[in-house]
Amino acid sequence: MVPLSYYLILGGILFACGVTGFLIKRNIITIFMCIELMLNGVNLTFVAFAAQWQALAGQVFVFFVMVVAAAETAVGLAIIIAVYRTRETLNVDLVNLLKL
Amino acid sequence: MLHLILFLIFGMVCVAGAINLLVQTHPINSALSLVVVMGALAAEFLLLGAEFVAAVQVIVYAGAVMVLFVFVIMLLNAGTEEHTNGSRVALRIGIPGMLIGSVLLAWVLLTRSGTHAVPAGALPGPPKTLGWLLFHDYLLPFEITSVLVLIAIMGAVVLTARAESPRKEN
Repeated sequence: MVPLSYYLILGGILFACGVTGFLIKRNIITIFMCIELMLNGVNLTFVAFAAQWQALAGQVFVFFVMVVAAAETAVGLAIIIAVYRTRETLNVDLVNLLKL
Repeated sequence: MLHLILFLIFGMVCVAGAINLLVQTHPINSALSLVVVMGALAAEFLLLGAEFVAAVQVIVYAGAVMVLFVFVIMLLNAGTEEHTNGSRVALRIGIPGMLIGSVLLAWVLLTRSGTHAVPAGALPGPPKTLGWLLFHDYLLPFEITSVLVLIAIMGAVVLTARAESPRKEN
């Protein structure tokens, strides 16, 4: 028997690590990975609450979150490739103009 | 008791992987530690009894999404990241902020939440029930998701397609 709060704390720690990485990382790909980390923390919270309240719908929402995350990854990485082609850099501090 | 021990082991692997993701400077090392985090999270889902979500986590996240990440890192030949003045400020504010936020959240959850313990494999119903739910109650969102994935594929193709090559114009 594991208290629900342990699961919530683990999800919170993962989310906090994601937010921190989003702030301190300068590589655009690593920043993108930190967003995935945040989504994973949220997914764990969803499943933990689904188990707590015996609600299967929580699992369905996790499925939808995963689909949206996969779509987001495909488009995001395409944008990263497009940015790299025009700027020749992955450092977000050097990508500060909308139009060259 | 065994449930708690397994939860703690996989939870520590998760947190260690997440911290390693932040510490590493080369993106490929960060990507591989993210695979570790996702694998350990799949084990946590199994402990909760969510077999379907655990399988999808391994196939979609640890498999497909991370392969995409590693592929892009190698394609763009990403090197070690250099730190600028802006990121040093974020480093000094971000890490204390994360620590304060995490401790506060943990304290609130441990002392104030009136939730009970979750037994191992607590989720009801096999993946069959989940599939019925997905194709019956949530059929419309499911179909809309397929449109979303189609748009994402087309967007990725359009964004990565090179501009008209000059040879073509001649």
